[in-house]
Amino acid sequence: MGSRVRGNDDRQVQLAVNIVVLASIYALISCGYVLIYRVSRVLSLAHGELMLLGAYGLYTTASLFSRSPLLAVAMALLLAAVIGLLVYALLMRRMTGESVLAAVLVTIALGILVRGLTVLIWSTQERHPLNLLGWGNASLPIGAARISGVGLAFVVITAALYGGLYIFLRYTHWGIRMRAAGQNPLLAAQRGINLHAVYALAWALATFTGGIAGMLIACDNALDQTMVTIGLKAFPAALVGGLDSLLGALAGSLIVACAEVLLIYYVDPLLSEVVPFAVLIAMLVVRPWGLFGSREELDRV
Amino acid sequence: MTMPRASGYFRTRYDDDLRLLDTRMHKAAFGAFALGALALPFLATPFLLDLANQVLLAVVGAVALMLLTGYAGQISLGHAGLLAAGAYTTGILFREFAAPWWVTLPSAALVGALLGVIFGLPSLRLRGLYLAVSTLALHFIVIYLGNEYETRRGFSTGVVIDSPIADARGWYAVLLAAAAAAILLALNLLRTKTGRAWHAIRGKEAVAEALGINIPAYKLLAFVISATMTSVAGCLFAYYRGFVSAEAFSLFLTIQYVAMVIIGGMGSILGAVLGAVFVTLFPYGIERLVASVPTPAQWANSLFAVNYAAFGLVMILFLVVEPAGLVGIWRRLQDYFILWPFKRKPLAASR
Repeated sequence: MGSRVRGNDDRQVQLAVNIVVLASIYALISCGYVLIYRVSRVLSLAHGELMLLGAYGLYTTASLFSRSPLLAVAMALLLAAVIGLLVYALLMRRMTGESVLAAVLVTIALGILVRGLTVLIWSTQERHPLNLLGWGNASLPIGAARISGVGLAFVVITAALYGGLYIFLRYTHWGIRMRAAGQNPLLAAQRGINLHAVYALAWALATFTGGIAGMLIACDNALDQTMVTIGLKAFPAALVGGLDSLLGALAGSLIVACAEVLLIYYVDPLLSEVVPFAVLIAMLVVRPWGLFGSREELDRV
Repeated sequence: MTMPRASGYFRTRYDDDLRLLDTRMHKAAFGAFALGALALPFLATPFLLDLANQVLLAVVGAVALMLLTGYAGQISLGHAGLLAAGAYTTGILFREFAAPWWVTLPSAALVGALLGVIFGLPSLRLRGLYLAVSTLALHFIVIYLGNEYETRRGFSTGVVIDSPIADARGWYAVLLAAAAAAILLALNLLRTKTGRAWHAIRGKEAVAEALGINIPAYKLLAFVISATMTSVAGCLFAYYRGFVSAEAFSLFLTIQYVAMVIIGGMGSILGAVLGAVFVTLFPYGIERLVASVPTPAQWANSLFAVNYAAFGLVMILFLVVEPAGLVGIWRRLQDYFILWPFKRKPLAASR
């Protein structure tokens, strides 16, 4: 009897670890949705695909600079941010002032375009950037449970990133400009804030964080186009927390990850695809603006 | 439907305003089109006939989505889920109870209507983006249920259905009738109180409410009608393919239907038809293009990727450069010839 209880405890610890890792994956991805939405009121449904592009960026730099992995990673991160800038400068800039729906549809179309291009450039073959970098993904013990090295990296990086974003948005000039642009674009522009620069920065930050998430997922498993699904599944996390709140994205990720891990474990593995969306619908029925979102958003949309 | 012409044709009675085909030119054009549509199965190759059937199927779905999005102004990213619901209803009834088509078709319509209420309920509280997202989530749930059925019953590759119609010409007749019925239903709905109520809701909800329009009822009605039509299209799709599988109803299919509405041109039944033709034929056009133009070798092997990329690009171009869609281009062309040798309409006639 005692050993069975012990086994149960172990399993629960493992489940808790899984939840924390999955929550940090979702949190890392969903902060991209939040950043873009909060600043420019555009929902980017191409986030999963841009994440994929970031991961392929790492794969490419890793095969180019396989001698110096750190340089490869740095290049890939830079590339991810530049992709965001380009997306805004070449495409989304033209959509400012258009209807919300048109902007969303443009991001969906962009997603399809990017997905097609990644297949044409890198094929559908599974890639393993971690091997190219020459790093391993050891499994580390935490008490009775285990966590993969990349999983741990996920938790640490997500925590660091959210800390960084908090400081950035709260104390730096550009962060305050971003918040101002999000709160009232007209007033912000009249006070001399360059809206296009702020929007471009938001896109760059979003693809940067999304790119990190993509790279880590690619390192943890393998890299191919199925990653897009994870990007889409992180979107409910952002919405559950409130589309314009970073704190909400954290909370939402935790809720969605919790529901997903527990239901998969206790009910049915097939549920993994659908749980985040079921949580999303439940939230939309009860409190459409999310846990921490601001309520007047709904009328503006 | 039709705009007043600069030619001296003025509508003087309400009957004129309600007519579907008002001028001799219209009647002649429609007659020629109908004749062409009826003659097609006797002239076309089997491949072309299959394409025509696919287009007609898409027309039903596109008209349904156009009613909802283009006229009532309610966004849905869940139409592939509704198609799937119709197809799965057909598949399940056929496999489990060996039901004939005159049972499955009404059942699919009924399931569609029910789902329409469910898809529409969020629209009573949510607008714009949030509504789109809630329909997207419902899409995933419907697909999950279909997948679950397949796995539980061990149909890992999909549900096989025997079609009551065997040859392509028979199918063409059925689908042509279905598409014509869908278009006629839509045109007639739009000329009635319902259509005008949708128009008002799309314009501004507060004003519509002030005009005494029961907004929740009309929104739900839009969802129910659209979902029923889509679900029937799904049922026809299942019979036509002889096969139902969750893979056929991916998110990409939803996007294709939204693209039909966008590329065709919002708020126009003609637009829905043009969009359906364009989007359905697009992959075949791309295939031809890749085969005839020198392209990198691996492109021929991953045609779907070329198709994806090109489709995304075309959709972006339409959204950014020509938001009025194919219908916008068509109208501009008409105006050019009607106004020639002048460039633009006199101010009073511009609408």
